[in-house]
Amino acid sequence: MRYSGLKVITEGLFGNKGWGPAWRNPAPKAEYDAIIIGGGGHGLSTAYYLAKNHGLTNIAVLEKGYLGSGNIGRNTTIVRANYYMPGNSEFYSHSLKLWEGLEAELNYNVMHSQRGQLILAHSDGQRDTLARRGNAMINQGDDAELWTLDQVKDFAPYLDFAQTRFPIYGGLMHKRGGTARHDAVAWGYARGADRRGVDLIQNCEVTGIDIENGVVKGVQTTRGAIRAKKVGMLVAGRSSQVAAMAGMRLPIESHVLQAFVTEGLKPIIDSVISFGMGHFYISQSDKGGLVFGGDLDFYASYAARGNLPMVEHVMEAAMTLMPMIGRAKVLRSWGGIMDMSVDGSPIIDKTHIEGLFVDAGWNYGGFKAAPASGWCMAHLMATGEPHEVARRFRLDRFRTGHVMDEEATGSQHNLH
Amino acid sequence: MRIPCPLCGSRDRREFYYYGSEDYLKRPSDQGSIDDLDNQLFLRDNPAGVTRDVWYHEAGCGAWMVVTRNTVSHEVLGSELVAKKKGA
Ligand SMILES: Cc1cc2nc3c(=O)[nH]c(=O)nc-3n(C[C@H](O)[C@H](O)[C@H](O)COP(=O)(O)OP(=O)(O)OC[C@H]3O[C@@H](n4cnc5c(N)ncnc54)[C@H](O)[C@@H]3O)c2cc1C
Ligand SMILES: [Zn+2]
Repeated sequence: MRYSGLKVITEGLFGNKGWGPAWRNPAPKAEYDAIIIGGGGHGLSTAYYLAKNHGLTNIAVLEKGYLGSGNIGRNTTIVRANYYMPGNSEFYSHSLKLWEGLEAELNYNVMHSQRGQLILAHSDGQRDTLARRGNAMINQGDDAELWTLDQVKDFAPYLDFAQTRFPIYGGLMHKRGGTARHDAVAWGYARGADRRGVDLIQNCEVTGIDIENGVVKGVQTTRGAIRAKKVGMLVAGRSSQVAAMAGMRLPIESHVLQAFVTEGLKPIIDSVISFGMGHFYISQSDKGGLVFGGDLDFYASYAARGNLPMVEHVMEAAMTLMPMIGRAKVLRSWGGIMDMSVDGSPIIDKTHIEGLFVDAGWNYGGFKAAPASGWCMAHLMATGEPHEVARRFRLDRFRTGHVMDEEATGSQHNLH
Repeated sequence: MRIPCPLCGSRDRREFYYYGSEDYLKRPSDQGSIDDLDNQLFLRDNPAGVTRDVWYHEAGCGAWMVVTRNTVSHEVLGSELVAKKKGA
């Protein structure tokens, strides 16, 4: 069924009886041409682009829970292309262009809203760094504007400009940045893949990877063995466990990242604002809740819930930046398991096992990456060659010294 | 979360700096290969369950220690001084 405004009206007139499920619920077949492990944003978009761009439709996505039960449905939904380093810059630029056509492409409302993202500078040095980053973005063909203090004041009068501890010097505005509805991205890709014949298999946990003489043969699951010549691992925070089934150790450590949402409020924050001192970012959802987050809890964790010191830290950052937020009540907080790579950049690559591919290390920036990650992973799995814009995301780059430390924070998993 | 320091006793997590997996202590010998370095610095088992990692009592006695804890339940099972470990 094609969704449209007219459809909404006619269904409304006839009691909404005509809507069917958005995808089938098939049982796994004994064999596929390719298997995608993980039904998050990256797994679903990979399946979609394998079918759409490469005509590979005899494929299955295996998800241990329900589609979108992982980080794709837990993030703070910021979408941007403001990376500095070669390798990252062209990749996120490509992703943002895919976002801009995503709703038409999927015939699905992902509520992508380019409301702008403003990163604040709190020192001369920080302003210089933002100018440099802005130039890199413009050279990449994306948009960036270096804003003066007055422009920031005009745009976001509710920030605390009077305080002396972290004075605001100006900012970098990325107008094409913004937010999207996270679940809808998973659902849109799922529906699109299903319509092209991809089997989306839920409640199907991969428990083993079958390898013979260095060649992948298929997987073991809680719903039986499934054969395939190509297997892609896209399991975000669980990457190390799934890779271990193939006897691999990844350059990844899993960490918990928390997020928070307040009660619904009238519109006050109409863009994404990122504090330059301390990691803090905030936007307002269409329901009115202020959605915000900060740093990792900093120690390896699979708990999917956070610890109190980071809650306190995030609240302090919020109060420092915009004291008015102290009047809002926090409704909920939650955590997701992040696959932190050593340099903070992702991996999209083959492995030493023929037919086995890995897409991981998304850290806490993998939501905006979901379209391009799927695009490039599908390209890699279908052609055997890395896609042009993902060619630096190599699995062995630490060993070979080709690290991509965007924030220059050092080669430790928890520092990005 | 509270962490038992072998010197100071049970202390608030905020007094500690987290460095990473115990693998950091497995320094390759000078005959070591690139693989050994890769394993020490970058590649991780990253277990969901009991793990051993290196912490520094930054706002306390300044000791480095290996903490045994569970990454799923956040239960802390014990700690020992890095200085007492052979070869570290
Ligand atoms: C609190 C928070 C805030 C964030 N904010 C942002 C943001 O503002 N902007 C941004 O760009 N990114 C953000 N991120 C990061 C982003 O959400 C992730 O990087 C991204 O969603 C990870 O990729 P995914 O969608 O494929 O992961 P997931 O949705 O986690 O998908 C992985 C799937 O694999 C499944 N799986 C695991 N093991 C197995 C197995 N053995 N067998 C079968 N299936 C398995 C899991 O159940 C899961 O559904 C945030 C993350 C969190 C937690
Ligand atoms: Zn101590």
